[in-house]
Amino acid sequence: MSELIKLVEATVENRKAEYPNFKAGDTINIHVKIKEGAKERIQLFQGTVIQRRNLSTTGETFTVRKISNGVGVERIFPILSPSIAKIELIRRGKVRRARLFYLRGRQGKAARIKELKTTK
Amino acid sequence: MSGLIGKKIGMTSLYNADGQALACTVIQAGPCVVTQVRSEEKDGYKALQLAFGEKKEKNTTMPMLGHFKKAGTTPKQKVVEFKYFEVDHELGTTLSIQDLFIEGDFVDVIGNAKGRGFQGVVKRHGFAGVGGQTHGQHNRARHPGSIGACSFPSRVFKGIRMGGRMGNNRVKIQNLRVLKVIPEQNLLVVSGSVPGSKNSFVIIEK
Repeated sequence: MSELIKLVEATVENRKAEYPNFKAGDTINIHVKIKEGAKERIQLFQGTVIQRRNLSTTGETFTVRKISNGVGVERIFPILSPSIAKIELIRRGKVRRARLFYLRGRQGKAARIKELKTTK
Repeated sequence: MSGLIGKKIGMTSLYNADGQALACTVIQAGPCVVTQVRSEEKDGYKALQLAFGEKKEKNTTMPMLGHFKKAGTTPKQKVVEFKYFEVDHELGTTLSIQDLFIEGDFVDVIGNAKGRGFQGVVKRHGFAGVGGQTHGQHNRARHPGSIGACSFPSRVFKGIRMGGRMGNNRVKIQNLRVLKVIPEQNLLVVSGSVPGSKNSFVIIEK
């Protein structure tokens, strides 16, 4: 990529270092800033990360899936988006692939992900 | 009107205050040198001729070399005339990005669109194609259909849209918002896309 484009991208505020290092299969809690008129409030979105795309570019996004009132909801966040206030890592998942699209066809017990236990 | 000549660098994305990602194009605009001043008395209209991009002297024709010498500048790659430039400038003045554009301006960008080669009517003119695969239809999904009546007029009218060469024409995109100006590297970031390939010349008008 052109050095000049990198220069423009460098002007985007990069807060990636503040976020935990999460990957597909992990359960995370995202604090999203929501503007309502002049007011701003924080909304939580908790779910399973099913993919991270375009890693280490400014266009990087991740998709979070959760079941809300029995309906599957997926939300795509650009990782550099200024509307993300905070990301909390809740649980690490043990998965064998980077994109968990197979979760879309599953419900309940079948959609479980084992917890990744790190041994010291 | 005022404007500059620039070079398309490429595309990336930026965020606005609401946290929305915006597709944007990076353009290296200017510095441009005034190589000719057209006046009402002499030419019948007012205009400024600007030149942009360094060029080797050995690759420049003698007439152009003399033209650039008159303006007191080195040979340039691209020369464009801007009619009715807002501010009068002297011959040989250098115009930079910070003289013309600020964040939040709306600009028009002109470029030469990428050539697409010979294209059918669906891509070239936005025809819908035939549609279904049933009712005995099997081999004309992207065809234009009828191009006219029969024994009257016994010919095809001029200007009927058909397949043919597409692209490689001058295209102007209007009202692109200036998202960022970086004067150190002469960079202009506009929202949306701009005609042409990377490293092609574009004209930015305000």
